[in-house]
Amino acid sequence: MSDSRSDSRSDSRTQSASSTGGAEGAAAADLADERLIRREGFGGYARNQWDKIRSGDLGNLPVILGLILLCIGFYLADPRFLSSRNVVAIMQFAAPLGVIALGIVLVLLLGEIDISVGSVSGVAAGVMAVLLVNHGLSLAVAILCGLGVGVAVGLFYSALFLWLGIPSFVFSLAGYLGFQGVLLFVLGEQGTINLPTDSALLDFCRRWFVSGTEAYLLMGATVLVYLGAQWWRIISRRRAGLSSEWPPIVVLKTVALAVVLFFIAYWVSIDRGIPGLMVFFVVLVVLMDLVLRRTRWGRHVFAVGGNVEAARRSGIKVAAVYVSVFVLTATFAALGGLLQAGLQTSVSQASGTLLTNLMAIAAAVIGGCSLFGGRGSAYAALLGVLVLQAIANGLNIINVPSEVRFMVTGAVLLVAVAIDSVSGRIRSSSGRG
Amino acid sequence: MTLSTSETRGDRTGEPVLSLTGIDKRFGAVQALTDVGIEVHAGEVVALVGDNGAGKSTLVKIIAGVYQADAGTISVGGTQAHIDDPSQAQELGIATVFQDLALCDNLDVVANLFLGQEKHTATVLNEVAMETEAWRLLRSLSAKIPSVRIPIASLSGGQRQTVAIARSLVGDPQVVLLDEPTAALGVAQTAEVLNLVERLRERGLGVILVSHNMADVQAVADRIYVLRLGRNAAEFKVEEATTEQLVAAITGASDNVVASRRRRTEQGGQSVVQAENPEDPEDGGDHV
Repeated sequence: MSDSRSDSRSDSRTQSASSTGGAEGAAAADLADERLIRREGFGGYARNQWDKIRSGDLGNLPVILGLILLCIGFYLADPRFLSSRNVVAIMQFAAPLGVIALGIVLVLLLGEIDISVGSVSGVAAGVMAVLLVNHGLSLAVAILCGLGVGVAVGLFYSALFLWLGIPSFVFSLAGYLGFQGVLLFVLGEQGTINLPTDSALLDFCRRWFVSGTEAYLLMGATVLVYLGAQWWRIISRRRAGLSSEWPPIVVLKTVALAVVLFFIAYWVSIDRGIPGLMVFFVVLVVLMDLVLRRTRWGRHVFAVGGNVEAARRSGIKVAAVYVSVFVLTATFAALGGLLQAGLQTSVSQASGTLLTNLMAIAAAVIGGCSLFGGRGSAYAALLGVLVLQAIANGLNIINVPSEVRFMVTGAVLLVAVAIDSVSGRIRSSSGRG
Repeated sequence: MTLSTSETRGDRTGEPVLSLTGIDKRFGAVQALTDVGIEVHAGEVVALVGDNGAGKSTLVKIIAGVYQADAGTISVGGTQAHIDDPSQAQELGIATVFQDLALCDNLDVVANLFLGQEKHTATVLNEVAMETEAWRLLRSLSAKIPSVRIPIASLSGGQRQTVAIARSLVGDPQVVLLDEPTAALGVAQTAEVLNLVERLRERGLGVILVSHNMADVQAVADRIYVLRLGRNAAEFKVEEATTEQLVAAITGASDNVVASRRRRTEQGGQSVVQAENPEDPEDGGDHV
């Protein structure tokens, strides 16, 4: 290996301090190419990140910056926005829509769309409420039937897509209209069904909070798991003679994560604490992220979204990937509908209408999912839905009429897509796909 | 290379490792293939040549399981096989490098190399093992790829071809199909690919090489099948075939445009022929 060349390109002072695995002085197997620019230390890390951003690989940065700017703006307009009580409310009301948006992330990764998620969420909630209240079935059975609606819709969509070859936009448009009718049919004459106030679903959605010591323990466990995973990654990569992240960077990241999480735990514990609904949603997001990035199925979803034909020829069961994603999207929609019903304590003819459909898609796109498939992450649902909920809540607090709310939400969506398009153009011109 | 094929495989030269007989394929009103048959033995490089539209790529896709033949039989290792989809072809030990490479631009090199055959423990991907193996594979092909953690979109055409060929070697193939592997490559990389083809043969694999490039074909192939208008037009042993004969078989006439051009330029005493057709069956080995 031409170590002399690669050494001459890196900072010799930090070179000696680094240990990228393998024998002393020898480059790790994946850093041996003489054309690679090697940088070490905090400065090198910062410069690498800056290069990534300049080449259009923005990741979650725009939406995180946007969220921070929104928070600052609304805080300046009315300090109540960042009060503990309000932050708790934002988290709680963001979660159901977030669960629906998580399904949208999946279907967007395939380069398809499902604009009927809101309607499906309404039908699922309606079925659950009718079975629970009118037919007196147990909550568990009612919830399972509600989720079953999602599974059935997903299978139906898969059949339309795979057998009849109908574009996903068209059949989900049909579903968007059709399932609103189904909701009216399911609810019948009543129009609105109130859920029993002692229901466990309401306890879960409205009255479960993680606060004080519990919250700190939860955050501490999260930080430890994160640190453990990173540490394991470094160990296993070193053992295989590959480069690994510089340990001080990992420590710095962990400390940053811990500071943010513990501050959130402290702040929301002043009021009721972290809403259980939010904990549930974040756990779903983290699990989905791991499944997407670390399992064969997730890899296949990205492959199908990137190049269907290549995926098919590699022996990936493309049809199975489509079925699983359509079913998961509709099931997440159904789950979101049930949580929404629990949060609002009732199911009405307005459950899951236009706003839910399009807001879920807007959340995924604002969070950074490409509409063309193959790019995005589960965290897009979390970040996107927080942005939308912050806007809705903030404008509400400063008493802006709802017409302005729609306009602002539309503008934010436009900005998000514009950032994605521009960064995509920069990516392709700097060769990062 | 990752191949752990047994050394004995090359000895069984009697039985073809892959044979196709009487293959028909229609696309609507177009009869793309009619009664086509080819055989590949272990440790043999078979070239498939023909003009544009001769049916080479269709035949490759039938072997790879992308298309299904309308009629005819496919035997793998002496037993009749049905290849209904690409994963079945893989299971039968047939690896394919497609002309359009079939790579996912949004995934990195490692993900593309192991696409469909990911290393995993209980469905969780083993990224470290895959990355290590990817480097080993790419090094063994002397591949010039700076990092395996960059998306395919940022690689050059030649680098993509290298990744696609390396991918065919993941797993344990018995037959490797290369569809126009050198079409997009530079001089050195073409030589690398031809070296690689010979290494595959030494390992006792059957190689099917589809190419337009007579020089490449004559440099590495043992036998040459010529397809014309979807039919078997001729079969040559490489040491018996001259370029003229090949061109005649490909175009279907001894008085073809290539031959007449050659005559014309030879009469003119020009050395243009050297530049256009540098290959001669005897010195074809120089390209290796």
